[in-house]
Amino acid sequence: MSLLLEPSPKQIKDEKVYQEMGLSDEEFSLIEKTLGRLPNYTETGLFSVMWSEHCSYKSSKSLLKKFPTEGEKVLQGPGEGAGIIDIGDEQAVVFKIESHNSPSAIEPYQGAATGVGGILRDVFSMGARPIALLNSLRFGELNSPRVRYLFEEVVAGIAGYGNCIGVPTVGGEVQFDPCYEKNPLVNAMCVGLIDHKDIKKGQASGVGNTVIYVGPSTGRDGIHGATFSSEALSDDSDSKRPAVQVGDPYMEKLVMEACLEIVQSDALVGIQDMGAAGLTSSSAEMASKAGYGIEMDLDKVPQREEGMTPYEMMLSESQERMLLVVKKGREQEIKNICDRWGVLYAEVGHVTEEKNLRLLHKGEVTAEVPVDALAEDVPSVYLPSVEHSSFKKNQQIDASHYTVSDVKDTLIQLLQQPTIASKEWVYDQYDYMVQTNTVVHPGSDAAVVRVRGKNKALAMSVDCNSRYIYLDPEEGGKIAVAEAARNIVCSGGVPLGLTDCLNYGSPENPEIYWQLEKSTDGMSEACKLLETPVIGGNVSLYNESGAGAVYPTPVVGMVGLVEDLDHITTQSFKNAEDLIYVIGEAEAEFGGSELQKVLDGDISGKPPVIDLNVEKNRQTQILAAIQKGYISNAHDIAEGGLAVAAAECLFGTNYGAELTISGDKVASLFAETQSRFIVSVRPDNKEDFERIVTDAQHVGKVTSARQLVINDVSGQNVLQADVQELENAWKGAIPCLLKSKV
Amino acid sequence: MKFAVIVFPGSNCDDDMVYAVTEGLNAEAEKVWYTETSVADYDAILLPGGFSYGDYLRSGAIARFAPVMTSVMEEAEKGKPVLGVCNGFQILLEAGLLPGAMQRNQNLRFICRPTELVVENNQTGFTAGYKENETISVPIAHGEGNYFCDEKTLKKLRDNKQIVFTYKSNANGSVADIAGVINEKGNVLGMMPHPERAASDILGSADGLKLFQSILNHWRESHVLTS
Repeated sequence: MSLLLEPSPKQIKDEKVYQEMGLSDEEFSLIEKTLGRLPNYTETGLFSVMWSEHCSYKSSKSLLKKFPTEGEKVLQGPGEGAGIIDIGDEQAVVFKIESHNSPSAIEPYQGAATGVGGILRDVFSMGARPIALLNSLRFGELNSPRVRYLFEEVVAGIAGYGNCIGVPTVGGEVQFDPCYEKNPLVNAMCVGLIDHKDIKKGQASGVGNTVIYVGPSTGRDGIHGATFSSEALSDDSDSKRPAVQVGDPYMEKLVMEACLEIVQSDALVGIQDMGAAGLTSSSAEMASKAGYGIEMDLDKVPQREEGMTPYEMMLSESQERMLLVVKKGREQEIKNICDRWGVLYAEVGHVTEEKNLRLLHKGEVTAEVPVDALAEDVPSVYLPSVEHSSFKKNQQIDASHYTVSDVKDTLIQLLQQPTIASKEWVYDQYDYMVQTNTVVHPGSDAAVVRVRGKNKALAMSVDCNSRYIYLDPEEGGKIAVAEAARNIVCSGGVPLGLTDCLNYGSPENPEIYWQLEKSTDGMSEACKLLETPVIGGNVSLYNESGAGAVYPTPVVGMVGLVEDLDHITTQSFKNAEDLIYVIGEAEAEFGGSELQKVLDGDISGKPPVIDLNVEKNRQTQILAAIQKGYISNAHDIAEGGLAVAAAECLFGTNYGAELTISGDKVASLFAETQSRFIVSVRPDNKEDFERIVTDAQHVGKVTSARQLVINDVSGQNVLQADVQELENAWKGAIPCLLKSKV
Repeated sequence: MKFAVIVFPGSNCDDDMVYAVTEGLNAEAEKVWYTETSVADYDAILLPGGFSYGDYLRSGAIARFAPVMTSVMEEAEKGKPVLGVCNGFQILLEAGLLPGAMQRNQNLRFICRPTELVVENNQTGFTAGYKENETISVPIAHGEGNYFCDEKTLKKLRDNKQIVFTYKSNANGSVADIAGVINEKGNVLGMMPHPERAASDILGSADGLKLFQSILNHWRESHVLTS
């Protein structure tokens, strides 16, 4: 069923057909002015997808400019498929995070699966071999059947794609809050490894060079996916299910191997994946970046169905497709590689001097549009910003007084909170070992993947506590970056840089725009101080439904370099009799904490404050102590406070611990004060360690009895718990909520 | 001695298998493309894990017809050691080189985790380096590893000592906790756990390396005898 009767240019204008495609009146007038005539149906479609928020970042661009994007080791910042950072030995790490929220809300398995497929293509299109996948997920509370369905299917979709293609899914985070009930967030991150000499860019240069289509044929799936992702979900969103693509990881494996062989050839000029807005974005962006144009003959595009119109072909988001530009006369070399891998190859056009995207169909020019107008000249949208009504209210709420009557019972409740509980049910389904480089498995602060053949490794983590950001976007934004860096440091890595995925509600709501503005301010400040440049990312707006917007959720994906395999550190205690230290004092800060959520059922008040200089100082000291070999284990004190962190250090070991706390009992045990760590140190390293880590307080020791014992300074017992009992509660919580066996 | 690692479209543990042999044993291994027609020049044949042909239709069902398999089956018939791991095991079952079939894991989900195996039979060319009943740590990663065979076949497997590895804790629902079986002749081994992923201490276990070492030792011994 093709759209045989496309509206005429006049109809498009008079009947405002462009509005259905997501273009505003002002944008349409600008298109008319740019072209000097009315656009036809296909051309209107090209503009509508390229100018969607998803492809153009038109309303967030001005905020993204605040991020520091440069650094000594940054080889490629934002603007390409993925950013690149030097890791020495003529090698570099390539990484990016991207959202697939709207598709996952409608069709969770395929939505999540194709999210993984898309981020993999972003990385291998740079010429890098993907070596790890991570993901950051947000759902409503697991007591809702719909949420359980979304959760189970999203996890299965991620597993289905990553496991098949053979890239290990090594880490991630999952959080649960009611605001995500109708709007789950599915962010996928991919990390790749590359030799400097192999770095490729998405550029279409050299007049006459051949434009080649690689990958499966184009179907009618995913048409207008980018536009759909740029609007809020509504009750009839189900009718947009056809806008969700279907993934084929087996095909992507073949395309990936073919492309990684192709990037070794100097016949290749440029390469880009056909992601959002498919053939349109890949061709227009490659041409625009290089300062050329592209002419494509759409009759040569492999088509899955008969009678596809130019509009459908250009807007299709069929998966696993790549667009290449190859030196004229060298096409056969590329074709041979594709043939060997059994991947479709089609010469569909060539690079032109004139900077237009010119499309031929059945011998006629069906569209001709300046590439810069599509890719670069998207008019920015400046939106008003108004302080969120909840902010002032929360600033005035005192969240410093909480009473806990039964410490053990409270600790068990915290360990059973799905956000804290073991995520084994999730990562048990991900092949996290394929490629045989995963040295630290999922479940520790950061995953660590070794670099084969070298004495070094990469630590990687995704983080974002959106509750803090909701309560105070600026402070919370700082914390998101600091926590990611903390996790890298605890694993023995030097933070190199980050990729971010900014998930928010509709920016047209001034209060949401304010959240976006303030949280990116906080993130920028932390990035500058912690010297972690932003090398790329993704913005996902309109994550809201009738029930309201999601918490502002700027997910931070960070990668660090472990300079020596001996530096690799995990969160588990290693030896009985090791001394336990806590770095940083607890304050009675409970706004947005797990304790508050458990006791009040909701969050309110001020989140913990963070002093970035203190953070930086402690991270530097702890990393130095790890590198010197003075630290046996390291773990950040995060959700649930010291009691939860200490329990987590014990899980999976045969040890127990004895700790002494001072000051306010509830704060000492459960506050989520920032920039805090718990580490253990062999007794013979005591003095060396204390000399380097100046804020460290000696609080106890690791024991061989499987008990967690906490006393106060007067010697009175505060907690005595069997570690196995705690571990069972922590491990069983999610399977129990899903009524599923481990 | 030279190992062949067969690469089907969709294999994804082929490199890991090569590393286990080359880095772990310092021996020679080459990848052999699925369209090749002879593996006669190699001394042992390894079928790696992955999702050959996307596991579409049924795991291993299409790979079993790949051109290279004719030669693999001929060499197996001649007595050459053939090891199939995970998807490789599934292919051996589909090819009829080993008895039984795979079902989806009992919990209907993919399972990836370190597991403990018991070496039930160390009198094979693949397991001579292990002690009898030794417990080893080798990870699993599969969605269809729930081994099934009928009572008659199971009895035969038991009588002939063809059950080589069993799970200490059965995660996928396999009949009789079976993790790996060998053919009657003793030269074709299929197993769901991945020995190539347990090839160095930094990965959490080096227990899998002894399996490749055993193949190498067995070849050396027989090579010395025949020459």
